[in-house]
Amino acid sequence: MSEFVDQPAVSFRQGTDTLLRRRLLNAKVFRTVCMLLTYSSLAVLGVLMGSVLWSSLSRLAPDFLTNHYSMNPVRCGILAGLWGSFWLVLLTAAMSIPIGVGSAVYLEEMAADNFLVRLIRINLSNLAGVPSIVYGILGLSAFRPLMISLQTFFDGTRAINVLGLFRVRILHLEIFDGSVLIGAMTMSLVILPIVIIASQEALRAVPSSIRVASLALGATRWQTIWRQVIPAALPGIATGVILAVSRAIGEAAPIMMIGVLTVASMCPGGIETPLQLLQDPISVIAVPFDQFTAMPVEIYDWSKQPDPQDRFTDVAAAGIVVLLGVLLIINAAAMIVRARAGRRIQW
Amino acid sequence: MPRAGGSMSDWFSAKKNRRHETVIRTGLFVCAALSVLTTGAIVYVLLSNAVYAPGDKTAFFERVTVTEFLTSTQWKPVEGDRGRFGIWPLLSGTMMVALISSLVSIPAGLGAAIYMTEYAGPRERQFLKPMLELLAGIPSVVFGFFALKFVTPWLLKPVLGLLNLDVSIFNSLSAGIVVGVMVTPLIASLSEDVIRSVPRSLREAAHALGSTKFDVSMKVVVPAALSGILASFLLAFSRAVGETMAVAIAAGGNPVMAMNPLKGSQTMTGFMVHASTGDSAADSISRMSMYAVGITLFLLTLLINLISGWILRRYREEYQ
Repeated sequence: MSEFVDQPAVSFRQGTDTLLRRRLLNAKVFRTVCMLLTYSSLAVLGVLMGSVLWSSLSRLAPDFLTNHYSMNPVRCGILAGLWGSFWLVLLTAAMSIPIGVGSAVYLEEMAADNFLVRLIRINLSNLAGVPSIVYGILGLSAFRPLMISLQTFFDGTRAINVLGLFRVRILHLEIFDGSVLIGAMTMSLVILPIVIIASQEALRAVPSSIRVASLALGATRWQTIWRQVIPAALPGIATGVILAVSRAIGEAAPIMMIGVLTVASMCPGGIETPLQLLQDPISVIAVPFDQFTAMPVEIYDWSKQPDPQDRFTDVAAAGIVVLLGVLLIINAAAMIVRARAGRRIQW
Repeated sequence: MPRAGGSMSDWFSAKKNRRHETVIRTGLFVCAALSVLTTGAIVYVLLSNAVYAPGDKTAFFERVTVTEFLTSTQWKPVEGDRGRFGIWPLLSGTMMVALISSLVSIPAGLGAAIYMTEYAGPRERQFLKPMLELLAGIPSVVFGFFALKFVTPWLLKPVLGLLNLDVSIFNSLSAGIVVGVMVTPLIASLSEDVIRSVPRSLREAAHALGSTKFDVSMKVVVPAALSGILASFLLAFSRAVGETMAVAIAAGGNPVMAMNPLKGSQTMTGFMVHASTGDSAADSISRMSMYAVGITLFLLTLLINLISGWILRRYREEYQ
């Protein structure tokens, strides 16, 4: 009996001590593991940046930006991809921003809760999960035939040339299969769900008191949206749009599907320097219908380039540095927009 | 009656306004409906090239039987008798890469989410979140380059070489690892959101009962947020299945059934890039098989996304 009286007390104390110690140790180990896991992702990011930068050093020179593709790795440059990506993103933004923001405004500000609108909402969340390469199939099999029929249309309207001004250009206007326009249409579909969802969130963040006040002062629905809600949501919309556009710059799969050039020694519309663009602005007309390549496509090609001395590795790395540099500039712009707007608007 | 005249013109302008508003409203509706049209177009394009082709074209499944597609274990998309069209080599390649990526992204993503919500202070979080966003913003081709030129030669070959294992230049392991790193921020940010929405009172109650931080995190917070966390795992898996450029660069282009992560394989997305860049004719069987693979990919990712959404809705814990 005494055993029963003594022992529980002792074993109870010992028990809690070891148990508590073990649990506290557990907690400490868990914290360390979580921390290591978090920072290991960042470490990978650091190693990635470091290794790319390291192997790019031998090729990263000003002429890398101004040279065309070359079989000789020392002379190979990214000029065609730089211009191609520029035009691609410009057209993509021009198509996807109005449509995306318009959709978001409709869904958030105007739509009634009926079957069709619910269908659009469900569909949108599913579209955001469709792999980008599937949009590429759509571009390949729907937009390319569209372009070909457009081509026959343009061939039939040579009469415009008589008017003079656009004569030379339209005479030489050839519409190619993997053109900038097809690429931009495809890419617009890829980023459209992102633009819509980001804009919806920005619109939702505008307090309803703004809308109610505007309506109470006699403004119509649209006046309220156009003059009050959209300006208030603009910083959020801009941030989301910039992030979506930066996705379009890095994306290669959908435009590879539509038959973009992997090896190109030409820039869309023959424009190779900004100066040329200023001197001959009319040449822009040919750009959307011209063939192109984009930076990520070139990087893909260089990465797979079989070279016994692995010299194209350095070229690919230099291409990645340029691509990441462009993305960094764009993201910095997004951050500045967010920071400045955050300071000005306070609810 | 100047007032009446005024109200008359007001009435007219209001009417004009309303008509103008209807036009805008219709225009915006068309924008929104475009997304439904996109889905419809994707489905039409896939079906009309894979299942039944209108006109004089021949769809993929009019040349190859569905049974062969689903049961054959060989993928040789060439014209004639030598052609074999079994989806399994591509499907197994895809699954292998996606599973390896999950092995990387689930611990890393969940660990990061728990660390950011339960341990990190506001300043540390302010540093961590943009860094993870930066990681998420790095293009897929860059990860492919990293896998092929760094992970395989500088990490896998030396480490696995110690165990006398032979690693090919193109291998699924490196592709899976980089895809895992790629989708880690997705899991981290989605899980962080649901973990953050677990009410403070639950944590405080657990602490008051003598729980350590480990107990609070793993036995209270994570179970309470489990539906959202599982949904984020599934979304990341579906992203890995649809991931293209990194896999096309790192895993190679050899469609084999052997589930060896140290050798090359071909994924569904990898095949699609390969088929579209090759110079085969538009109605050749290798081009047409792209649509059949595309339909499989589309259905697979859609299914995973739907299950993810269903889990999120079905098992969501509601807190006031």
